Amino acid sequence: MSRIFAYIVHKAGVADDSAMELAAAARKLDPTASVTAIIAGTAPDLDAVSNGLRNSYGETWKINNEALGYPNAELVRQAMVKVLPAGSIVLVAHEHFGIDLAPGLSVRLNAACVSDVLAIDGLTGSTLKVVRQEFGGQISAHVNCDISGGAVITVRPGAFKPLETVAANGNVIDKSSEVGVLTAKRRYLGMVVAEAGDVDITKHSVLVSIGRGIQEKDNVAIAEELAEALGAAVSCSRPVVDAKWLEKSRQVGTSGKTVKPKVYLACGISGAFQHLAGIKGNPFLIAINKNPKAPIFQVADVGIVDDLLEFLPEFTNKVREMRSVSTK
Amino acid sequence: MEILVCVRRVPDTSENEIQLNAAGNDIERDDLVYSINEWDNYAVEEALQIVSRIGGTVTVATVGGEDDEEVLRREMAMGATHGVLISDDAFAGSDARGIATILKAFVQKGKYDLILTGVQAEDGGALVGGMLAAMLDYPFASLVNSIEVLDQKALKISREIAGGNKEINEIDLPCVLSIQTGINEPRYVGMRGIRQVASIPIPTLGAPELGLDPQSIGVSAAKIQRVDYFTPAMGKGAEMLQGSREEIVEKLFELVAAKGGLK
Repeated sequence: MSRIFAYIVHKAGVADDSAMELAAAARKLDPTASVTAIIAGTAPDLDAVSNGLRNSYGETWKINNEALGYPNAELVRQAMVKVLPAGSIVLVAHEHFGIDLAPGLSVRLNAACVSDVLAIDGLTGSTLKVVRQEFGGQISAHVNCDISGGAVITVRPGAFKPLETVAANGNVIDKSSEVGVLTAKRRYLGMVVAEAGDVDITKHSVLVSIGRGIQEKDNVAIAEELAEALGAAVSCSRPVVDAKWLEKSRQVGTSGKTVKPKVYLACGISGAFQHLAGIKGNPFLIAINKNPKAPIFQVADVGIVDDLLEFLPEFTNKVREMRSVSTK
Repeated sequence: MEILVCVRRVPDTSENEIQLNAAGNDIERDDLVYSINEWDNYAVEEALQIVSRIGGTVTVATVGGEDDEEVLRREMAMGATHGVLISDDAFAGSDARGIATILKAFVQKGKYDLILTGVQAEDGGALVGGMLAAMLDYPFASLVNSIEVLDQKALKISREIAGGNKEINEIDLPCVLSIQTGINEPRYVGMRGIRQVASIPIPTLGAPELGLDPQSIGVSAAKIQRVDYFTPAMGKGAEMLQGSREEIVEKLFELVAAKGGLK
């Protein structure tokens, strides 16, 4: 069995939540393997991260390089190619850094590459069987991966339950001297923080959230009327923002806002994981969708199969009627 | 600027419910509506907007079969200058690495300043663009949601990262970028536009024209293979409200009120 490495993303001296999930994925891949964490960056942040990881990884390799103040995937790839032994299996979280890093790293290592892995079914010889999703999560696929020459695997955040058993006093090994000078044809310039927008959906306890099923911009008013009747705010999934029907600040999901409402009405939202990942705090989730097989029904508390353009106005009328009764 | 956009034709998830077939080994492909992969359409629009600002050409290429010509035609109706179908029986069963190998051979037959792909395909894994860049030794950026041309040598781009924040980078040309949805508003293409480009020839290139070694592509080179499709076991699943719409509305109001949904 090849060595397994987990590349750990970190920020301000703290390892990302995916660190323990990658450890769990590695255990699933090979229950007997000792897994090495790799971190790249600059001191003193890097030392804080490596200290933190000593409780979860038996060994951590750190790469301290002044060029890695902001870890750009092109630079990290060069560093990893220099330190990784042949045939390594590398795990990294499937988010904006992993998506940048994995494909090019697999080419440089001449290793297999499989992305956005949800589950690991097992290893037979050098064939690894994993589970992925396609078509926005409407269907899953088993995928075989020949890892005899190593592999780069991106793992979906949240898919693996973090390991509870932890290693105590893992070793930290400084690999910085093996890396040398790093240069890139892409240079980090800075960050632009998302605009606040007119309504802060993260502060609302009730959200009427719309997706592609709302069909056109003029129909957004249907959701706004319901939200007004309920005293809620309107939020949305990605396609609504892509179509410019609502501001980016209304988007719930990994590339939008993380919300923690009490009640969440998902209207015409299929339920892609990128959207669901933005809904925290276990709200009462109501899904309204005309497709009875929409993935959202797997995670909702209550489901309604109907045309939301007809259903929502009737529900709005009901809410208005009942509220006018109760205030009389 | 000479721009290449790599596109794909995929089942359209806004038009179809993707379901398992009766044999349980593939998706049900009868009656599927196919269209341009959504991310790729944004990439073509972005290329067209760059060219309208600073001049140049847009070439759209796809690795596929005869049926895939329709998406090239569609993107040409949007304004793409050239369409190229890269097609050969030897390509069947290629994994992302194989597709990137084929595209690399195609890129090396031309001269492109900028290569765009969509971030991912509906049935893909967001891999081909990054692999192609590494093979060409070009810089790469994924999840790109804005492009500004600085000069002949570099672009200023932003990438979509967590929480709606943007990471700004400068990237040298030539480069490969994977384009995120929402970067622009792709123009509408009508039947009339497609008819207008119907007679423009679309060249087809195969493995021999591209000088590809059959061992480096297709099923024999693939390290990744999809075994089957399946429908995952449902979680606890939603309690589905049944009855007339009026009854459901009634029931839902009670539930929403009980869960604190009236402010």
